[in-house]
Amino acid sequence: MSISEEQVRHVAMLARLGLSDDQIASLGQELNTILGHIDQIQKLDLEGVETTAHPLDVVNSMRADEIRPGLLREDALKNAPERQDNAFLIPRIVGGDDAS
Amino acid sequence: MSINLSKLTVRSVRDGIAAKEFSAREVAQVSLDHIAATEDALHAFNQVTPELALEAADAIDAKVAAGEDLPPLAGVPTAFKDNMNLVGTRTTCSSKILSNYESVYDCTAVRRMLDAGAIPVGKCNMDEFAFGSSTENSATGPSHNPWDLDCVPGGSSGGSAVAVSAAQAVLSLGSDTGGSIRQPGALTGTVALKPTYGRVSRYGCVAFGSSLDQIGPFARTVEDAAFALSAMSGKDPMDATSMNEPVPDYVAAVTNARANGMKGLRVGIVRDMLDMDGLHTRIKGMTEEVVGTFARLGATVGEVNLPTSQHALAAYYIIGPAEASSNLARFDAVRYGVRAPEAEDVMDLYMRSRAEGFGPESIRRIMLGTYALSAGYYDAYYGQAQRARTLIIREFAEAFADYDILVTPTSPEPAFKIGEKAADPLTMYLNDIFTIPVNLAGNCAISVPMGKAKGLPVGVQLIANHFAEETLLGAAAMLEREIRFDSTPPFVR
Repeated sequence: MSISEEQVRHVAMLARLGLSDDQIASLGQELNTILGHIDQIQKLDLEGVETTAHPLDVVNSMRADEIRPGLLREDALKNAPERQDNAFLIPRIVGGDDAS
Repeated sequence: MSINLSKLTVRSVRDGIAAKEFSAREVAQVSLDHIAATEDALHAFNQVTPELALEAADAIDAKVAAGEDLPPLAGVPTAFKDNMNLVGTRTTCSSKILSNYESVYDCTAVRRMLDAGAIPVGKCNMDEFAFGSSTENSATGPSHNPWDLDCVPGGSSGGSAVAVSAAQAVLSLGSDTGGSIRQPGALTGTVALKPTYGRVSRYGCVAFGSSLDQIGPFARTVEDAAFALSAMSGKDPMDATSMNEPVPDYVAAVTNARANGMKGLRVGIVRDMLDMDGLHTRIKGMTEEVVGTFARLGATVGEVNLPTSQHALAAYYIIGPAEASSNLARFDAVRYGVRAPEAEDVMDLYMRSRAEGFGPESIRRIMLGTYALSAGYYDAYYGQAQRARTLIIREFAEAFADYDILVTPTSPEPAFKIGEKAADPLTMYLNDIFTIPVNLAGNCAISVPMGKAKGLPVGVQLIANHFAEETLLGAAAMLEREIRFDSTPPFVR
């Protein structure tokens, strides 16, 4: 399988990466080289083989539902790029002139 | 009392402090001075932490003064990969997007090392978010291999490998998703251990591939690696994938192996991996010599094939980036991270902050992973890779029915020049062909120096079954004693 420039743009959007036209072009080439190698996996006959998401045979890891200390609010906000009072500050999402 | 940093071991530091030959503060200061004198050439560290180091050293010296017993890692200068959180440090992952991130909690593995008496000397350089095999993908610049300053130290835990190799620290921690501890271990002539998945908590280590990542130590001796593993291992309520397996005394496992020898140990060389293209002939020959050494020591030796592991690199470059693209979605410049200025709206904020904050290899992996998980491609890539993973695990399980230890080279070649592979991502990925299958299967493995090729250190990889670290470390210790590799690079002498 090879990836088209249009697909690269679509994937960049899905990944929330605002890439330049130059970056899109060079990434297209690089991804196609890498995919050219990865595509060998399509040759494996894996019909009927179950999938593995996790290397160890474990299921749910449960703990008692008890209150315990968590991150302090000041610590949680310590690295905020912008904050206002006790909240993370971001640009407006709804309302205003925002067409998106 | 003069302290020869390159000859210090965990045992000699602790015993020397206990016997008052030197103080913990003296050891810490010598280590910090050596770091200061060598960092311009090496760039092993993103941040050196003299205040934390001296405070921890003083706490050890206070124990000595009070006549208290010393913990196992008392006074041992230790460096941590810069993806592990420690309050009082920045945790940057060598990324621009986290360049100002201050840790607000401790990584469990780091905390356990410090609780065992280790002295934190700093945070080590790495490939950004652990994406790479050379430590060139760092926003702070590459680290340099102490055996040849023009060469890479491997990666992604390259800074951690350099710190131990160049005697800036006695121990360091790295993280290994596809070889990121073992490969730089091989390229710097250090002992480098990737524990079984679930052996050491991943809490507080910035996630790359959550089903693959595992924290482990670099050391100059197998026994020192065993000391570190004993300190770090065990269930952590903060990591649901850390396993509730008993934690044996790994140092005793090393001592016992030395006393009892290799009789009864079954060692298998992985033949089809040794026949892969691109393997340096000298490294291939040395790997076969290692198996001969095991036979001489009384082990039963044989050959095994792991055919699906031929496809491990392909499976890994689907599964790893898929998990990474999900894990790195959190870097949205809302709660932390460097934010692009004057965003028009939230989408613009995400798009520009991420494109400007991530380096080229991070962007490549995020793109690859997002593509592999996207509608229409999910089953052909991610599904197929997960099925291949099942077969890889099955083949390892079958091999471990017949053998206790499997042997491969750690890396197909010795350290390469800085810049040599930077333009070709795929060639760089091929550096991890022998280490990647082990992460997919979740087994434990260790790289031990086995000599030199082209004048540079090379490593042999020993692999053992899940939670068989005692067997692994015992075999590694026996091999170490036979090979007698001088781990001190000329740069340090």
